[in-house]
Amino acid sequence: MDLEINVNGEQWVLNVAPADVLLDVLREQVGTKSPKIGCERGDCGSCTILMDGRSVRSCLVLAVEAEGHDIVTVEGISYEGMSQLQDLFISTNAFQCGFCAPGIVLAATELLENNPDPTRHDVQDALAGNLCRCTGYEPIIEAVLAAAPARQEGDSQ
Amino acid sequence: MTTTFPFEAESTEDELKTVGTAAVRIDGLDKISGAAEFVDDMDFGPGLLHAAIVESPHAYAKILSIDTSEAEKAKGVVRVVTGDDFPYKFGMYMEDRYIFAQDHVRFVGEQVAGIIARSHREAVQAAKLIKVEYEVLKPLLDPKKAFADDAELVHPDLGDYTHVPWFFPQANTNIAHWRKIRKGDTEKAFAEADYVLEDTYTVPRYAHCAIEPHVTVSKLDQSDRLTVWTASQSPHTQRHLFAEALAPLGFTHKDVRVITPYVGGGFGGKAGVSMEIMGAAMATLVKGRPVKLRWTREQEFYNTYQRQGVIAELKVGVMNDGTITAVEHRLYWDAGAYVEYGANVVNAAGLSATGPYRVPNITNDSLCMYTNLPPGGPYRGFGYSEFHFGLESHMDRIAEAIGMDPVDFRRKNAIVEGDELAYGAHMNPSGLIEAIDKVADAIDWGTDEESDNPDTVMGKGMALFWKAPAMPPNASSASFLKFNEDGSLNITVSGMELGQGYLTVMAQIASEVLTVPVEKIRVETPDTDRNPYEWQTVASHVTWSSGLAVEKAAIEARGKIFDVIHQVYGYEDDSLYLEDEKVKCKTDPDFEKLLSDFVIDGIQTEEGTWRGGPIIATGKFMPEFTNANSDPETGQGGHPNVHYTVGATGVVLEIDKDSGRIWVRKAALAVDAGRAINPDLVTGQIVGGLVQGLATVLYEDMRFDEGGKMMNPTFTDYKIPTAFDIPDEIIPIIVEVPQPDGPFGARGVGEHTMIAAAPVIANAVYDALGVRIKSMPITQEKIAMSYLEKRSG
Repeated sequence: MDLEINVNGEQWVLNVAPADVLLDVLREQVGTKSPKIGCERGDCGSCTILMDGRSVRSCLVLAVEAEGHDIVTVEGISYEGMSQLQDLFISTNAFQCGFCAPGIVLAATELLENNPDPTRHDVQDALAGNLCRCTGYEPIIEAVLAAAPARQEGDSQ
Repeated sequence: MTTTFPFEAESTEDELKTVGTAAVRIDGLDKISGAAEFVDDMDFGPGLLHAAIVESPHAYAKILSIDTSEAEKAKGVVRVVTGDDFPYKFGMYMEDRYIFAQDHVRFVGEQVAGIIARSHREAVQAAKLIKVEYEVLKPLLDPKKAFADDAELVHPDLGDYTHVPWFFPQANTNIAHWRKIRKGDTEKAFAEADYVLEDTYTVPRYAHCAIEPHVTVSKLDQSDRLTVWTASQSPHTQRHLFAEALAPLGFTHKDVRVITPYVGGGFGGKAGVSMEIMGAAMATLVKGRPVKLRWTREQEFYNTYQRQGVIAELKVGVMNDGTITAVEHRLYWDAGAYVEYGANVVNAAGLSATGPYRVPNITNDSLCMYTNLPPGGPYRGFGYSEFHFGLESHMDRIAEAIGMDPVDFRRKNAIVEGDELAYGAHMNPSGLIEAIDKVADAIDWGTDEESDNPDTVMGKGMALFWKAPAMPPNASSASFLKFNEDGSLNITVSGMELGQGYLTVMAQIASEVLTVPVEKIRVETPDTDRNPYEWQTVASHVTWSSGLAVEKAAIEARGKIFDVIHQVYGYEDDSLYLEDEKVKCKTDPDFEKLLSDFVIDGIQTEEGTWRGGPIIATGKFMPEFTNANSDPETGQGGHPNVHYTVGATGVVLEIDKDSGRIWVRKAALAVDAGRAINPDLVTGQIVGGLVQGLATVLYEDMRFDEGGKMMNPTFTDYKIPTAFDIPDEIIPIIVEVPQPDGPFGARGVGEHTMIAAAPVIANAVYDALGVRIKSMPITQEKIAMSYLEKRSG
């Protein structure tokens, strides 16, 4: 069946089966490989994407459910350079193996879009669905807090 | 007496420019922009085939028949594979495994057959059509039962297995290896000791839980070259084992190529060879077609290496002044169905099971027991995390019994440079005392903290750790280095970037010698056809060993640079030095020559001819002072370990007295890095390793049913920490007592940071509630029930 979706600003018409999972379709038919296959049951968050601005686990979404929706992956926010958040992830060495990074960058992006001045607890809450085995989360939490718009404004004053 | 090192690293006294700075990782943009490619992300075109595996539902059974006829007819199936196709053994340190099961299966999940199909879905469907008839045997699930005289044998042919010379398998038993240490006279020391404490501690199995599952794509092309793209910590070791195991099919090392892009976490789980050999073997049957085999999360839990469980019987004797006089440590390891790698965990633990203490009389027995559980193997800490749980719990208990402060007791017995080790060699320089003092200070040791909440109580704990790289005595590293036209550098090595920051550290080392900025250095992930040899990225040894290989290559390149200058301008080599990407001269302050002016094109002489040419260099390192030839009955006579890295961990925690819930309020960890080439990355290891270690004691626990089947192979039921499950505050402390033969004095820290996490929690729980928990994990339930029992008298 036909599926029409917008991925990173580009309109795609794809042929999918009813049981196809959005994660597989994004990776195999669209070629966006930043959402990763980690557990295929919604536990690990490495397949996180933004669907209409909300973070979802693409391994739990049927491709047909994405019909007409706007999908953004890390590739999509990286075309015109790194965001403030991405820059801070890099400059503070906030990640290690990088496998969970695309999902975490998107989950944190969503948080900062909705909450310019999050507390440590807010950040932990936003990232609680994204597992990272390397970093112990601390440097990630610190990078997200430092990237918060309120904190950035504070710094420039 | 200390070891004399044949290679002394570059002076660590000079002012360093790059080494010691928190350089930004060279893989940063790749990983944060989404560009980083892992094996599963690589494109192999429309010819890609997919494999699925048929697994044993029994922990121990004889295979009577395998009927593949239905599967062969199924839609999309290209080939069905069974043990008959590959009757070849393989193994890292002991050849006890087959690529696919032969006549027996020995754990639940063991691979019995494989399907290669056009799509993943078709492969999985067809796997369900294979009918296997089994004669079910009684499984051995307990290492002490496996040790009993009348135990069934998991490997009746053990006596015939090929193994490394430092293993001592006992034929016609389940003992795959028995590492013994006999030093001094333990019996006499116990008889003369003022106080002796004897107890048993148990540690279950654990899973690595790298977020990237194991995945491999293999292709045998029409020219009979086998290429394997794999998520591995060990590209060269994999190539070697593939070439050896598949030698009957005509493969030699030159025909086998292993390519390893970024790896999404390893922790030991992607070391050696596990599932990858199935993919490599299957591809040989479908020439010209790449075959992908990707583990599901469930398979990731039950058919890769697991961290081995252990039953530790420990006896320690002390004098009233706090001097430890004797240690007897008997470790029964649940090593699983195949121990080709795990037996070396047992070996490493046996050599070092005294912990970081000066002990004159030692009896260690580290027993590698076959059981019918999944194969044990390397896991960050390599046996040390397991025995430290009991050992460091014991140290607190002894200190209390003789009326000493546990920190004073540890300080008194802490091993220092020159002390004799269990196997007779001597301890390397170490900052253990400094680590103890700094951690004690960080958690205000000696000050009791009171909770404001009447339902909770505070506790403090301290535990030490040590660990040596466990590797063959001749494990080596190599590097190639080449300059580019603009004076930038490409370096190839075969250590793996697992997340630890290895590529960045190698760039920093080369940068320090050659003054080329880190941003102008590209360090490549391995391809065994192009990158030079590396044994494996395990054992926390690559910063040290591969770092030395890179340092040597950089020094060689510098020598070649000076030679060119000497040829053209006549300055003596020893008058030349590098600064800011230029060659300068001590005797002629006006002279300077930019590297980019000549490192490819050379320098034109007055006659118009040219000197020099592309600057390329190589470096290699092998520790030439080690040997594994020790007496099997005493463990004396060899020098199996290159050096130990030491440190201390402390915590302050709060416990709810009724529910047993723990909050780690503060954690401090000091590790002696020798020299932190990149303090940010060392801190990353401290924080990440500590959280992984705390998870083994607070959250994680592999559960098996009475049939040997793992009951919780998902992240839903096997809980690893989320962003909420971390200490409120972590204080990383870097101690730097240089390693004489390390690159700029560095030694490894990767594994060490999780080793003391379990006992430090046990000790803090005791401090808070007065209950001593001797089995891991220390769950809320165990704490609540033990405390209830204590209160009710």
